[in-house]
Amino acid sequence: MLTMTNEQVRTTADFFTREIGRLAGAQPIRLMEVCGTHTVAIFKAGIRQLLPKTIELVSGPGCPVCVTPNEYLDTAIAYSKNPQVIIATFGDMLKVPGSTTSLATQKAAGADIRIVYSPLESLEIATANPDKKVIFLAVGFETTAPLAAATVLMAEEAGIKNFYVLSAHKLVPPVLRALLMAEDTHVDGFLLPGHVSAMIGIKPYEFVVNEFNTPAVVAGFDPLDILQSIYMLVQQIHGATPRLENQYGRIVLPAGNEVACQTLYKVYREADTQWRGLGNVAGSGLAIREKYEDFDARTNIPVTVETTQEPVGCRCGQVLRGTMLPTACPLFGVTCLPEHPVGSCMVSVEGTCAAWYKYGAGRWQG
Amino acid sequence: MCLAVPGKIIGIQDMLATVEIGGVTRKISIMLLPESKVGKFVLVHAGFAIQEIDEEEARKTLELFKELEALC
Repeated sequence: MLTMTNEQVRTTADFFTREIGRLAGAQPIRLMEVCGTHTVAIFKAGIRQLLPKTIELVSGPGCPVCVTPNEYLDTAIAYSKNPQVIIATFGDMLKVPGSTTSLATQKAAGADIRIVYSPLESLEIATANPDKKVIFLAVGFETTAPLAAATVLMAEEAGIKNFYVLSAHKLVPPVLRALLMAEDTHVDGFLLPGHVSAMIGIKPYEFVVNEFNTPAVVAGFDPLDILQSIYMLVQQIHGATPRLENQYGRIVLPAGNEVACQTLYKVYREADTQWRGLGNVAGSGLAIREKYEDFDARTNIPVTVETTQEPVGCRCGQVLRGTMLPTACPLFGVTCLPEHPVGSCMVSVEGTCAAWYKYGAGRWQG
Repeated sequence: MCLAVPGKIIGIQDMLATVEIGGVTRKISIMLLPESKVGKFVLVHAGFAIQEIDEEEARKTLELFKELEALC
């Protein structure tokens, strides 16, 4: 790829913006991105401001932390109270409120909770603490799940017996199907997640077009990538020719990363799982296969979990289905703030509510 | 969470590679990208190489990353 000068970038952006405006027409168009990194990139680049008023961009369930249900958090929190346990987690999970407390509160109270950048660090922690049980909070979509699977294989090879995963992994294609089948969700086109697709490739999305006639474009993260992807979607909508296209071809190969997918399914099998806001979605989660059940926290470490409660008034569920903008939630910016989040969408930097709060100033009323 | 950044592989020992990411070196696993070679650029996600990328793409993405960081 050739480097573009600033002038070329401007000219290209102008072209996409103009063409989107020309093709969009008078009918409202609703596009959904299903990736928290896209949500943030759209805000940071000011993409909404470039689009005609008829085009609405909504965020779907693309932030792994946000879609993780309270029951999982309550389980992780319960494990953190066990003095024999060390919790290893990505930092995003810390502030997410469970039913009555959060991991951050538990950590402040003395629980041994370590923030890791990579699941591999969990193995180092396990090796350094042979008398403790190290539980990695395995959240994330298909981008992250193969890493957790690889870590399990490495633990097996190294003979590490005190490493466990608590799986809350989620799969993107089944939740797209659930959204497309939901009566209250209307989407005219999907911006598909770039790095999930780098792992799974293109084929798993074919049903979006074949069964639901809905345009879909795998999109990159550069502002021009996103503008071009929106242009591609609007072209499809304008021509009534729904297709599955790959705008991010320089990273996303048609077959994805086959080694990663093989690793993933060697350790995990598809299973039903709960999503915040969407409930149980068939085949949208990952459970550890019997062969590797020695690494499954739920199977090996008994725990008593409190009765799960949902935060009163929180509309994260509707926000995650794209049926409500964060600004329509009565708690948004009032009692639910990044410093004191009530719902998960306000916690993660990639959460829809957090992004609207941070970057949406001046557009809340519009 | 699915954020991935480009890094240049400057050394490989078994399934561990040393990568340079924006001037900082760190160890990553190449278990999910076993064909990785020294001198190549890869996309790094949470301590693992997940895809090979070309140098120009790597440079552009790192610039974007710095730009976004500056805005945060």
